Amino acid sequence: MATMKTRIAEVLERNEAEILSDWMKEQATALTQRPDLMKESELRQQSTRFLKLFREAIAAGNNLIDIQQPIWEPVREFIGEVSRSRAIQGFSPSETATFVLSLKQPLFTRLRKIHEGQPDYLFEDLWNVTVLLDKLGLYSVEVFQKTREDVIGRQQKEMFELSTPVVELWQGILGLPIIGTLDSKRSQLVMETLLQRLAETQSEVAVIDITGVPVMDTVTAQHLLKTVTATRLMGADCIISGIRPQIAQTIVHLGVNLGDVTTKASMAGALAVAFKRMGLAVGPARRQSGETA
Amino acid sequence: MERISILRMGEILLVTIQVDMHDRLATALQDDLANRISVTRARGVLIDISALDVVDSFIARMFGDIAQMARVLDAETVLVGMQPSVAITLVEMGVAMTGVRTALNVEKGMALLRARMDEERADDDAPAE
Repeated sequence: MATMKTRIAEVLERNEAEILSDWMKEQATALTQRPDLMKESELRQQSTRFLKLFREAIAAGNNLIDIQQPIWEPVREFIGEVSRSRAIQGFSPSETATFVLSLKQPLFTRLRKIHEGQPDYLFEDLWNVTVLLDKLGLYSVEVFQKTREDVIGRQQKEMFELSTPVVELWQGILGLPIIGTLDSKRSQLVMETLLQRLAETQSEVAVIDITGVPVMDTVTAQHLLKTVTATRLMGADCIISGIRPQIAQTIVHLGVNLGDVTTKASMAGALAVAFKRMGLAVGPARRQSGETA
Repeated sequence: MERISILRMGEILLVTIQVDMHDRLATALQDDLANRISVTRARGVLIDISALDVVDSFIARMFGDIAQMARVLDAETVLVGMQPSVAITLVEMGVAMTGVRTALNVEKGMALLRARMDEERADDDAPAE
């Protein structure tokens, strides 16, 4: 094992410059170099850095294949850094993995030259290097994936925060336009924000507008009913508006009993009901006495 | 034993619950209220629970019972100031308290009771005229 380790380390050390230039060529032909996303100088810098860390790790470690060992920490860290930046820059997963995997060819060429006439050694070294580089390649994809998932998670969270705006339509009347599918997590959020705002503003009427809800199932209807009941418990009233014809049909077909919930076809209708409940009236403004028609 | 005080404001009894309700306290309140309604001939009961962070199913049921009992004694009950978290918990437990009227705060609860009393008085007066 020790001899093999030194063999590979030696190859790397002695031919570093050659391997690097071969590797750069390899990367260019493998179409992983994206001149639109990354400059060649930057790629060269990354490659040089990786080769150096890779060589140091091989020279220092006694187990070549286990990349989880602390000796591989700098290499893993560097790959993580590269993968993360590539994920953000918009590289594809295979383009990211090829950065590491394309090192195989130049390295194999050198190893073959050294082990001329010693097929056993050659095979052993090739196998180890293959396993090692595959692992590092997979690791880079893993980091890439994770970075993308983080981005998705963040966007989801942002969407979530933006998804339940409670607006004051009039003094004492709150409006809550819901856009998008209502799943149980979101309906819980809707209920919480609405009740919170009701308590804060001491509003008497809340209008939930579901014009933007594409589909309605029993669970969604159940959640809406719960929200209405909770607002009533707090001493406010709740009107549901914007029920589209298809949704009205679905509700009837599903046998959901919206019973004593006030429903209106449009937000305007709901607002009119809210005004009436609060003893307000909207009418045409009275014309000034001097003005003529 | 501690008791929850019942204040009288004209024809309305005002109950403000400031301590955590336990079951014995709840039963005592129910008894006291029944007595006070019949003694004072109150027409309305206002229960303020804005200071309550926790309402369990027993207490919720007791509010329902109080409302029903008061109705028998010809008084209307309004429950005011329920916290959002309490409302959510009750709904999740399936307690809708349909028999109890609610209002956002004491002021609005008072207005509700007064409006109702005025209405009844108008009804009473109407045939006489």
